[in-house]
Amino acid sequence: MLKSWVLISITLLSAGVAMADEEGGVPLLPAGTDIKNIESLQRGARNFMNYCSGCHSLKYLRYNRLAVDLGIPAPELAGSLMFTSDKAFDTINSAMPKDSEGWFGKQPPDLSLIARARGVDYLYSYMKGFYVDKTRPWGVNNLYLPSAAMPDVLAQLHGLQKPVFKNEPDDRGSARMVLVGVDAMTPGALKPEEYDQFVRDIANFLDYTGEPVKEKRQSMGVFVTLFLLVFFVFAYQLKKEYWKDVH
Amino acid sequence: MGTGSDESQGRGLMGWINARFPLGKMVREHMTEYYAPKNINFWYYFGSLALLILVNQLVTGIFLTMNYKPSSAEAFSSVEYIMRDVDWGWLIRYLHSTGASAFFIVIYLHMFRALLYGSHRKPRELIWIFGCLIFLVLMAEGFMGYVLPWGNMSYWGAQVIVSLFGSLPYIGGALVEWIRGDYYIADATLNRFFALHVAALPLALIFLVIAHLMALHEVGSNNPDGIEIHDHKDAKGHPLDGIPFHPYYTVKDLVGVAGFLLLFCAVIFFAPTFGGLFLESPNFEPANALQTPPHIAPVWYFTPFYAMLRAVPSFAGTQVWGVLVMGASIVVLFFVPWLDRSPVRSIRYRGPIYKVMLAIFVLSFISLAICGLKPPAGIYPTLAKICTILYFAFFLLMPWYTKFDSVKPVPERVTGHA
Repeated sequence: MLKSWVLISITLLSAGVAMADEEGGVPLLPAGTDIKNIESLQRGARNFMNYCSGCHSLKYLRYNRLAVDLGIPAPELAGSLMFTSDKAFDTINSAMPKDSEGWFGKQPPDLSLIARARGVDYLYSYMKGFYVDKTRPWGVNNLYLPSAAMPDVLAQLHGLQKPVFKNEPDDRGSARMVLVGVDAMTPGALKPEEYDQFVRDIANFLDYTGEPVKEKRQSMGVFVTLFLLVFFVFAYQLKKEYWKDVH
Repeated sequence: MGTGSDESQGRGLMGWINARFPLGKMVREHMTEYYAPKNINFWYYFGSLALLILVNQLVTGIFLTMNYKPSSAEAFSSVEYIMRDVDWGWLIRYLHSTGASAFFIVIYLHMFRALLYGSHRKPRELIWIFGCLIFLVLMAEGFMGYVLPWGNMSYWGAQVIVSLFGSLPYIGGALVEWIRGDYYIADATLNRFFALHVAALPLALIFLVIAHLMALHEVGSNNPDGIEIHDHKDAKGHPLDGIPFHPYYTVKDLVGVAGFLLLFCAVIFFAPTFGGLFLESPNFEPANALQTPPHIAPVWYFTPFYAMLRAVPSFAGTQVWGVLVMGASIVVLFFVPWLDRSPVRSIRYRGPIYKVMLAIFVLSFISLAICGLKPPAGIYPTLAKICTILYFAFFLLMPWYTKFDSVKPVPERVTGHA
């Protein structure tokens, strides 16, 4: 019986794994985030509030929830994170006025759930994927989101990047240029490793905002699983005891 | 004079109740004196597990309803409100969303069990038919429930599935409008889907489950040997190979429940989206009529049928054939008790042809599920066409291959016990 359970779980899991890989285009960079790393989340929150929250809201996350989950003291919260509200129970709104749609061609999206919709690897890659493109309104394009409407607001930190093309014959054999990556052009205020960590922290923070309960859910899951294992053993022994007289 | 003096009705509170309501009688008939074959095995867990999941869906559903707002303006935010601000809301929601997928896994395995051991054969045809109706209602329930979070995949999934009805000749256009209650998937659609999801369909589901169980307890459970235990009874009239459902199968099903909960909770606590299969990534973006997700696929439990729909090419200027084939793939299930002409019920005593056909059927069903999840490119369209033919071949050729298949001698009494 146990064998059958194991078999079914393996089948289901492999189905899940098989479905996980997908999507074409440039492969994403592994973000290497860790939702348990509180310091990284705190830095991510700081980075987000300073560089992103001007345009992007986190309308499903409240300041006080953030403070509790990330261990941020109240004065610190009010002093260095709350720029758009003075009420700690408020959700995190952006500084964008309602009629700002024309500024970038579209309203900057709310980022509460972006990590759940796109994944942390995408966010990490996206923030590292800007390159100079004179044809775009803001002079930049993105390797991972072609024709991105967003300007490269982190350019000062990572410096400008140039696109890297590769000559690849298409289906009919004629040559064409394919965008395969980006390369540093000018140095930024942060060293490359520092910048990687900077965006990794933001990606980690957005992973947290996507599901604030995630860390608690996983750590609780360990105890639930252990309890159910014990319950399984007891249930099995009980069954054996009752079934003794069935021949 | 007075009631409750009858000794057979018991004393005290139970006696008082039994004189007025057949509680003791029901417990005896359906639990302590319902004799189930002693040899029913692993595959028989999924019936009681389906019942467990139904209860889970009803209870968590009630709590979700307390905080969910069925309007196109608020639905998405109210789900996030449940996930973030409602105490234990995240757990209730994951129990419900994972429960939906678990329901289908368990039901598919339960149906497979029937095909293994011939549980649909005379005199259990009605049990099977009630079961098929449960499956049908469950599909409607699952589909409408998937629309409620009002994510972008909810919206576009609804768009695709509802527009299928539009391909029906003459009535198609009007029918689609009638279902949606608007000219596109909108607030009115969400409202009526909510009504159907939380009231009409669960009610239908409960009544059908009761009918399913009543029919089962009328004729008794089948078993892996596919023989009647009621043919051999002891002096008291109890089947020799039967044991009372309670306590034997209640404690045994408890083991099944423990095993199931282990897997179920592992998903809830460690992988509630299950790699985008149980909760699809595009559904974390709110419904947007102007932005189609790059690839629209229904939730995994519909994909075998969706793949069949896509496998059928349009003909005579209409796509309706795919819709008809998809409908037929469900309707054909109802006829299985009469399509099966084998003199034996259980796969244990059937010949090799049925075993091979059943294996092919299972493989083609799983392949169809994968085809339905993938974009229609590469090998998938061809694979889906082949598997659609195999799916129907299993059913439509059944009268012949079951009749001519060899059989092994069937034992008089059941073999072994679990």
